[in-house]
Amino acid sequence: MRGLLGKKIGMTRVFNEAGLPVCATVIEAGPCKVVQVKTEDKDGYNAVQLGFLEQMEKRTTKPLIGHFKKAGLSPQRILKEFRDFEGEVKQGDDVSVQIFSAGERVKVTGISKGKGFTGVIKRHHFRGGPKTHGQSDRHRAPGSIGQSAYPKRVFKGVRMAGRSGVDRVTIRHMRVLKVIPEKNLIFVEGAVPGARNGLLEIRA
Amino acid sequence: MDILAAMTADQLRTDLPDFGPGDNVDVHIRVVEGDKERIQLFKGLCIQRRGSGINETFTVRKISGGVGVERIFPLHSPQIAKIERTRAGKVRRAKLFYIRNLKGKAARIEEKM
Repeated sequence: MRGLLGKKIGMTRVFNEAGLPVCATVIEAGPCKVVQVKTEDKDGYNAVQLGFLEQMEKRTTKPLIGHFKKAGLSPQRILKEFRDFEGEVKQGDDVSVQIFSAGERVKVTGISKGKGFTGVIKRHHFRGGPKTHGQSDRHRAPGSIGQSAYPKRVFKGVRMAGRSGVDRVTIRHMRVLKVIPEKNLIFVEGAVPGARNGLLEIRA
Repeated sequence: MDILAAMTADQLRTDLPDFGPGDNVDVHIRVVEGDKERIQLFKGLCIQRRGSGINETFTVRKISGGVGVERIFPLHSPQIAKIERTRAGKVRRAKLFYIRNLKGKAARIEEKM
C-alpha cells in the first residue's frame, strides 16, 4: 500500500482529452515525514508512521518531542500509520505526491461535514410518507419503529433522527487526474468528504 | 482559492473575442463523429454570462423551427473552435431572460453603434 496525508484545497473543473469538463478536487498532499517504521519482528506488524504539517515545539507534549527527536525531525502536527507500505522508506525520509501517478485509482478518506440534528430522510435516506391522500404531518416521518405487545420495546440500533455528519468516510476508486509535484498537489475526479482545509488520507 | 485559480490558469483561453449579453454570436463547435471531426455552428443571441475563471459559462438562445433553443457553453471549453461576434446589442441588463417571454418584433434588440 502507498499512502499520504493531505489537505483539501477545493473543487474546480478540468477539461479532459475529449474537451469535456470533469469536476475535480484539488488536494495539497505531503510532503510527509517518515517518523517511524514498524516491523513485524519488533512491533508485530509492518507499518509506516507518517507526520504531516509542522507544529510548534511548545504545543507538543514531551513524550512526543522525544519521539520526533529519535527520528531527527521537528514536531509534526498529525501522525498517521499506513500498514504494509510499499517501497523502501527509512526513518526521517520525505514522502511526496510522486508516489501517485495520473490515471490510477486511489481511496480518499476524510471526515464528512457536520449536518447537526437531522431527520431520518437526510440521515438514513428514508423515503418519508405519501405527499397526498389526506396526509397531515407525515411527509418526513420515520414510520413504524417496531412491533407491539412482543417485544414491547424498541430494539437497539433502530435508525432515527439525530446528529449526522462528522463521520469518517472513504471514497474508493477515485481517479487521479493530475499530479503536480512542484506544488505538492494532486487532482482527483469527483468530490471528497469534508470541508476545505480538512485533513485527508490518500491510499492506493 | 488562490491555488485553484493558479492551477487552472493554463487552461484559460485568451483567443476569444470580447462579447456579452445582447450580442449575436456564432459559436463554432468541434464535433467528433467516430474518427472524424467537423465544425458545427450555433448561431444566436447571448443572453447571459456567469461564473468566473475556469467555471465561466455563457448561454446562447436561438429560435429553431419556431421553438426557442438555448445552449450553455463553458467559455474555456476546448470544444469551442471559434466564437464570432456578429452584432453588438444595446441592452440594459446582464441577464436577458425576459427575452424568453417575447417573440417577433418585441424580441428585437437595438444595435449598439
